[in-house]
Formats: sequence, C-alpha cells, structure tokens
Amino acid sequence: MDRTQLLLALAVSLFSLGFVGVMVRRNALVLLMCMELMLNGVILSLVTFASRSATLDGAVLVFLVFVVAAAEIAIAIPIVLLLARQRRTLDVGAWSELKG
Amino acid sequence: MNLLTLIVLLPLAGFLLNGLLGARLGRGFVSVVGCGLPILAFLAAIRAFTQLDGAAGAALVENAYTWAVVGGFTFEVGFYLDRLSALMTLIVTGVGSLIHVYSTGYMKDDPGYARYFSYLNLFLFFMLLLVLGRSLLVCFVGWEGVGLASYLLIGFWFDDPAKAAAGKKAFITNRVGDAGFLLGMFLLYHTLGTFDFDAVNAAFQGPVPPAVSASLVGVLLFIGATGKSAQIPLHVWLPDAMAGPTPVSALIHAATMVTAGVYLVARLNGLYLQAPGASQLIAVIGVATAFFAATIALVQTDIKKVLAYSTISQLGFMFLALGVGAYGVAVFHVYTHAFFKACLFLGAGSVIHSLGGEQDVRRMGGLWRRIPVTFWTFAIATAAIAGLPPLAGFFSKDQILWYAFASEHGGSPVLWAIASFTALLTAFYMFRLLWLTFLTPSRMDHETEHHVHESPISMTGVLAVLAVLSAVGGFFHVHLFLEPIMPLPETDHALEHLELPLVVLAVVTGLVGLAAAVYVYRSGLARADRLAQRFAGVHRLLSGKYYVDELYETVLGRPLMWVSQRVFLGLGDRRLIDGSLHGLAALAKGAAGRLGRIETGNLQFYLWLTVLGAVASLAWVLGHG
Repeated sequence: MDRTQLLLALAVSLFSLGFVGVMVRRNALVLLMCMELMLNGVILSLVTFASRSATLDGAVLVFLVFVVAAAEIAIAIPIVLLLARQRRTLDVGAWSELKG
Repeated sequence: MNLLTLIVLLPLAGFLLNGLLGARLGRGFVSVVGCGLPILAFLAAIRAFTQLDGAAGAALVENAYTWAVVGGFTFEVGFYLDRLSALMTLIVTGVGSLIHVYSTGYMKDDPGYARYFSYLNLFLFFMLLLVLGRSLLVCFVGWEGVGLASYLLIGFWFDDPAKAAAGKKAFITNRVGDAGFLLGMFLLYHTLGTFDFDAVNAAFQGPVPPAVSASLVGVLLFIGATGKSAQIPLHVWLPDAMAGPTPVSALIHAATMVTAGVYLVARLNGLYLQAPGASQLIAVIGVATAFFAATIALVQTDIKKVLAYSTISQLGFMFLALGVGAYGVAVFHVYTHAFFKACLFLGAGSVIHSLGGEQDVRRMGGLWRRIPVTFWTFAIATAAIAGLPPLAGFFSKDQILWYAFASEHGGSPVLWAIASFTALLTAFYMFRLLWLTFLTPSRMDHETEHHVHESPISMTGVLAVLAVLSAVGGFFHVHLFLEPIMPLPETDHALEHLELPLVVLAVVTGLVGLAAAVYVYRSGLARADRLAQRFAGVHRLLSGKYYVDELYETVLGRPLMWVSQRVFLGLGDRRLIDGSLHGLAALAKGAAGRLGRIETGNLQFYLWLTVLGAVASLAWVLGHG
C-alpha cells in the first residue's frame, strides 16, 4: 500500500469511529468529540487529495475549515454547559421534550 | 357659451352640494340648492329653446368632452338640441322644478331631507343626459343613471323591507330591458360605426340601406324601452315602485323617466320608419299594455296603485302612437301626460299627506269640502286624462286614436277599437277614483277625519300650476311643432271623412265613462261590491293583476332560486369551491399530524434519518449519473 492509500484508510477509520460514536453514545460531550473525529477524518482525506494536486488550494481550505470548526465548537460547548447546568446531566435524552 | 352642458351640469352640482354638505348646512340650504338649481336649469333650457328658434330649425350641437379614443374610434360626450330634445328638456326641468318645490312641503319633516333632494337632483342630471345626449352611448349612461336614481328613491325609506324590495324589483326588471338596449346599440355600432342619433337616422333614411335589419335593431331597442317604460312583459315593476315618496312617483314614475322609452323610439324614428315589423310589434304591445293595465286599474283600491296602472296604460297609448308611425303624436301625449299625471300624483300626495298616510280609497270620501284646492286640481287633471275637451288629454289622445285608425304606417280599426275601449275604461276608473276619494260620503274613521287639513301653499301652488297646464296644455300642438323633424304619417284618404265623427265618438266615450263611474260609485261602495260579487271570477283576476307576478315567480323566480340554491350555492359554492379548499386544508392537516409522529425527540433517531436521506440521495445521484 502506498502512502495515499494509508492516509485514506486512516481518514475512513477516523470518520467511522466518529460516526459510530455519534450513533450510539448519549453523552453530549462525547457526541461533540465524535463529531470532531468525523470532521477530522473528512479533512484528512481532503488534505490527502490536495497534496496530490501540488497546489496550495487544499491547504488553504483546510485552515478555513479549522477556523469554522473552532468557532462552532466554541458555541457548542457553552450550550452543552448551560444544558448540563439546567438538568444536572449530560444525557441528550433529557431534552427530548424539545421535539417539534 | 356651453348652454347645453350648463343645463346638464346644474342638477349635478345640486346633487354634489346637497349630498356632501346638505346634512350639515340645514334644511334652508338644502331647499334653496335643491329647488334653485333645477329652476336655473329650466331657465337655461328656455334660453336654449329661444336660441334654437333663432337657428331656424338647425339643431344645436355641443361636444363637451372626449370620453375615449380607441384606435380610430372616438367616443364623444356630446349634446344635441333639436325641437324634440328641447321639448323634453323643458318638460323634465319644468315639471321637475315644480315637483322639487312641492317636495319641500311634502318631505318637510323627513329626517332624510338632504338625501332626498340630492337623489332628486341626481335623477334630473341623468334624465337631462338621456334627453340631451347626442349619441346612444350618452343616452345609455343617462338611461342607466335614471334607473339608479329610481332605485334609490323607490327604496328611499329602505328600513321597510317591502320598500327596499320594490326598489330591487324595479332595478332588476330594468336590467332585462337594458340587455336588449345594449345588444341593439352594439348591433348599430357594428354596422354603422357611429352612435350618433342623427347619423343613425340619416343612415336608415339614406339611399343605401345599412347592412343590418332595422326591425332586429328596432325590436332590441324596444325591449329596452319596455323595461324603462313599463310595457308588457316588463311592466311589473312600476306598481311596486309606488313604495317611494309620492313626489318621486309623480316625477320619475309618471312624468319623465318612464317616458324615456317613448323618447328613445321617437328619437330613432328614422330607423323605425324602415322597420314595419318592429313598429307593428310596438303598436300591438302598446295597445295590449294600455288595455290590460286599464282593466287592472278598475279594481285597485290604493290611490297610488290606480294612478300607477293608469300610467302604464297611458304609456301604452304612447307606444301605440309610435307603432303607427305618429312619433310626434306620441311625444304630444308625453307632454300632456306629464302635466296631468304629475298633477294627479301630487294631488294624491296631498290627499295622503292630509290624511296622515292613508292610501286606501275605501277609507276616504267626502274630502272635496275639506281640501278644496286639492279636489279642484285633481278633478281638472282627471277630466284631462279622461279625454274631455278642451283639456290637454283630449287633444293628444284623440290624435293617437285617429292615427291608430287611419295611419298608412300600420293603423287599423282593430287597434282603434281596443284603444277606444281602453279610453272608456280610463274615464271610468279615473272618475271612480275621483268619486271615491272626494265626492262619496266619508268613510274615514273619526280620528283621521278630525286631522284632515289642506296642504301648505308650496304644495297647493304647484298643484294649481299643473292643473292650469293640464287644462290649456293641449292648445300647443306638439305634433305640429315637431313635424319638421318627425313628419306625421300619411293617412288613408278613404277614411278622412270619418275624422270628425271619431272625435265626437271619443268625447262620447269619455262622457260614458264618467256617467258609468258616477252611476256605480255615487253613493259609495255598495253598488260596486254587488258588481264584484256577481263577477267574482273576473274581479279576482283583475285584483290579482292577471297573476303576472305569480307567473314570473313560478316560471322564472322559483327555477332561478332553485338553480341558485342547489346548483350554484349547494354544488358550486359549497361543494366545489369550499369543498376543494377545505379538502386541501384537511389533507395538509392530516398529513402533518402523521408526519409529526416521527419527531420523537430522540437525537439519534434524527441522525439515522439524516444518514438514510444522505445515502438515498447519493444512491439516487449515482443511479441517475
């Protein structure tokens, strides 16, 4: 296997780990972390392909995605904190009555 | 100076002033504006009349305003004054002004005083538009406008549902006629490319006849005339129109508006001369209406209803004259009828006023001593309508009978015989009314009798003027005055030696009617009641007005009601429109209710759905790639 294939396999495993975590766990913080894992898997594949094209476009895009992800998590964590403070639990099932 | 435009606009100004400011500025203001502007219009009409005389027969034409230019067609609001429209204008503004003055007395205590005068002025405006309009289009605007004013005034006391319904009936019945008017108008425009009366007449009189059947156009326009002038089969609205205030009945439903149909046919005499078929129809409808309305009038007990049927009957006489080509004679009768019928209606109004609202002649009687001015004026007008010489009605009715007998343009002894018999009936029912109201012993209850009082000078003065006009009006021979623009038909020379005997016969007819009425009604209702019992079937038929209303109700009213209720309301509105809208709403609601159940609140479930959606979309994209 060459390097590209290894990196892609790693990206897929990261994404799958995150995906399974999102699907089966109910702890809000773990869910967030698993989402980050999925995101990182996707970004890894992006970088892998970008390095093959020998331009800087991919790298620039990756930094942009990181910035957005950081901003997003900076909002998500306080929300989770507030929710946890309200109900004294991190279980997302505690908020299921918010259904439409 | 735009004299004709001024004549038309003066009453409109009155309508606007009284309508907008009248309620705020008080009765004095309303009376001055309401009566003053029609009187000014009358003076302007006299001025225009003298100018016309100076112009040696040429008509005055004014184009006031260009209404619309569509492609190559220009629609002008133009006014046209020849001898015919000058005469009509004088009648409308003259009798109109008198009735306005009378109304200041009659409507004195009505809370809707300003509204009443603004409507009355509005009516005058539209009526002047109708008679002065140069083209059928302007005439039609006036035609519809007088219909509107008539509707507003019949339903003037609209808080009484019966009166409001009478207004609607008049309006709707007139719509039927208007459909005919419009079709005739379109047909004329389609063929001739013009609406102008003078151009239409000239086209039909010209060497090359227009490519349209004059009889077809004539019949269509005559259908319009039957609506406005209450001829069979559209006569049913006029008796009900008596629900309006009595001066309105005098002005609109006797003297002016209802003669609009006569005016229209006379105005288009060039067309009708080329339409023997339509003329024959007009003569037959006219004489039939005259006869049937007169028979109904024999048994009516409401003083205004008798006069209403008499109006229908007299209009029938006018159409008979039109049908036999004697257009000038028809207008002559319009002119005399305006005086004596206005006088009769206003006299009836004075009676009703003095009796505090009583309209049933069975509860009147003996009034001649109590309200002498009303009695004498009413008596003169009655003699005039009965055709006793030398009063106005004698001259015009005699001319109608003569031309019905001898005209080369469709006259026949049959028409003459029916019309003469109708004249006999006319004399009978009018003198019956006179005797029952004024001359028989009193049948009033004590309370009413105690309060009988003569009307104020504003009313009796008008009655006196109209009575004088009814008496001497016939000496102005309108048909000869109009002969330059509307030649009288040729008469059969073989019959000419009969003219004088027929006149004598007509006078005798009137006197026989008088004698019969006196014989039956001299001492009250007893003799008439015995007659009614002996001829119970006939009496019921006449009291029921030949059951025409019931017939229309069964043949037209109920089926229309059924179709509206069941098909349009039940099927169309309720089921189709409401049903489809309600169905859509129910569908959305039901579907939303069911879809809402997948919102469980379980985050993971949502995620699964998202993934499922993503996979499905991807599969679809790849599948259709």
